[in-house]
Amino acid sequence: MKSDVFIVADNIYSPLGKTTAENFLQLKNGVSSVKLHNDDNLSATLFHAALFDNSEQFSLQGYTKFEQLLIASISDAIQNADIDIKNNNTVLIISSTKGNIGLLETEANSAELHKRVAMTTSAKMVADYFGFQNQPIIISNACISGVMAMITGARLLQTGQYENAVVCGADVISKFIVSGFQSFQALSPSVCRPFDKSRDGLNLGEGAATVVLSANKKFEGNLKVKGGSISNDANHISGPSRTGEELAYAIKKAIQETGLTPADIDFISAHGTATPYNDEMEANAIRLAGLPSAPLNSLKGYYGHTLGAAGLIETVVSMQSLKEGLMIPTPGFEELGVSSPVNVCAELVPIDARNFLKTASGFGGCNGAAVIGD
Amino acid sequence: MSIEKHITSSCIISNNAVVKNGVKLFENPGVDVAGFLLSVYQYFQFNYPKFYKMDSLSKLGWLASEVLLKDSFDKAAYQPEVVGVVLANANSSLDNDLKYTATIKEVPSPSVFVYTLPNIVIGEISIRNNFKGEHAFFIQEQFDTAFIAQQVNYLLDNDILQACLCGWVDILEQDYKAFLFLVEKKKSEESVVFSEDNLKKIFGS
Repeated sequence: MKSDVFIVADNIYSPLGKTTAENFLQLKNGVSSVKLHNDDNLSATLFHAALFDNSEQFSLQGYTKFEQLLIASISDAIQNADIDIKNNNTVLIISSTKGNIGLLETEANSAELHKRVAMTTSAKMVADYFGFQNQPIIISNACISGVMAMITGARLLQTGQYENAVVCGADVISKFIVSGFQSFQALSPSVCRPFDKSRDGLNLGEGAATVVLSANKKFEGNLKVKGGSISNDANHISGPSRTGEELAYAIKKAIQETGLTPADIDFISAHGTATPYNDEMEANAIRLAGLPSAPLNSLKGYYGHTLGAAGLIETVVSMQSLKEGLMIPTPGFEELGVSSPVNVCAELVPIDARNFLKTASGFGGCNGAAVIGD
Repeated sequence: MSIEKHITSSCIISNNAVVKNGVKLFENPGVDVAGFLLSVYQYFQFNYPKFYKMDSLSKLGWLASEVLLKDSFDKAAYQPEVVGVVLANANSSLDNDLKYTATIKEVPSPSVFVYTLPNIVIGEISIRNNFKGEHAFFIQEQFDTAFIAQQVNYLLDNDILQACLCGWVDILEQDYKAFLFLVEKKKSEESVVFSEDNLKKIFGS
């Protein structure tokens, strides 16, 4: 018998706010952090993204912005969690796509730089900062990293490997990342419009989010990670599946693991990057998985695509939706522009929800799905 | 509730040599990494034009997976959804990240950028073999045999997968190493029991 995995504390540290509560308040007020930026350090041309203000304090000596994001998000989450992070039954899991990659733009290539940019270095520094006893687990699996980190953590707890897991995802936007997405012509010239007929690309974003998981029965009554699954398209390294069958498979397996049926999924927190192909594929997958009528949102219009943090930021927002009975809309969405009909939530609405599905997809053909509920 | 699993094939590419199931199949000392990887491709007479587009990490992992699976894996015995890949390395995609950084100053290259994620090698192996199951890429200072064994055990014990490629694929400039293991629930003539000890034994060889 697998034990329940409770989500006992959480944090979102983003340009919209430093706590989950601050973030959710901004979302309720319809505030987006996606803005037009003119910054030569990031791009020779103007671009829309959700970035921390330059005035934002990242002043912890010896730690990069990436590491400070992880530290800030974890600090807030664990102060609200009644677990002992210095006990060896607690593990730290970090998800990121690019970590400290921005250092390659400013530092000369050397063995020292290779070590400084390695995610193992950042993970060790963050683990030591808090006093975690175990070697941290690091996941770098493109845009599903955050969802995968949460699923990996839940499984380690279910099998009794650890009692608690602190799962934190973060990414920082650098010229490396902006230029890459520009070269792919994947960036929207304005604020992105997920699932809309006129969608024309994504916005990048930076931020961090944390969930603290525990198998300890004293947390009975908290929301749970009920199921999760990963799949691969085996189709193309940078384009999504033509059919959506593989994401649909992951969704079905994740729901199956919970013992629920598709009808029990009260809403979907979609990946919804607002690129033409991703949203089309995702809508197909949702139809194939038997969820075409479940209300769905994409939060990319508020946060941009926060890469390795996205799955966790969007999960934490959705948990707050369950707690407050309010579904956050999809900014930028007006007219459905995908061939499979999906029920895109376009305005703030009260909901009576117990379970939601989180989906994500990314380069390398990866798909992830997780079900969170009471 | 751990059920018995077996390493039905292993492949090591390091020190300019290719070793399968403990037997050295090919050696080409004295060439650089790029030249060596190309010579492996040519020696085994692989015919997969996409190989030439890959970055070095994907080339290394892809070559190791081809040697690993060749004549050792009955793909038809499995549905695509129950075959997966679990990999780890220390340097993520840094080898290619450095190459991409060099292009930013001129014209950023989308064909180089796409390889700036470590899990792309899993994508390449999955595309080649139509593997659609669970997969994951972990960053570790050294190959963590206990952790990888635990991950693979979970996937096979829970029938999420029936076969899994796992191992280590790492490259940074002229340093590289690939160790791949094919783990199945059935024995084969040359198989050894899948255990942390046996992973260590082969990895240390």
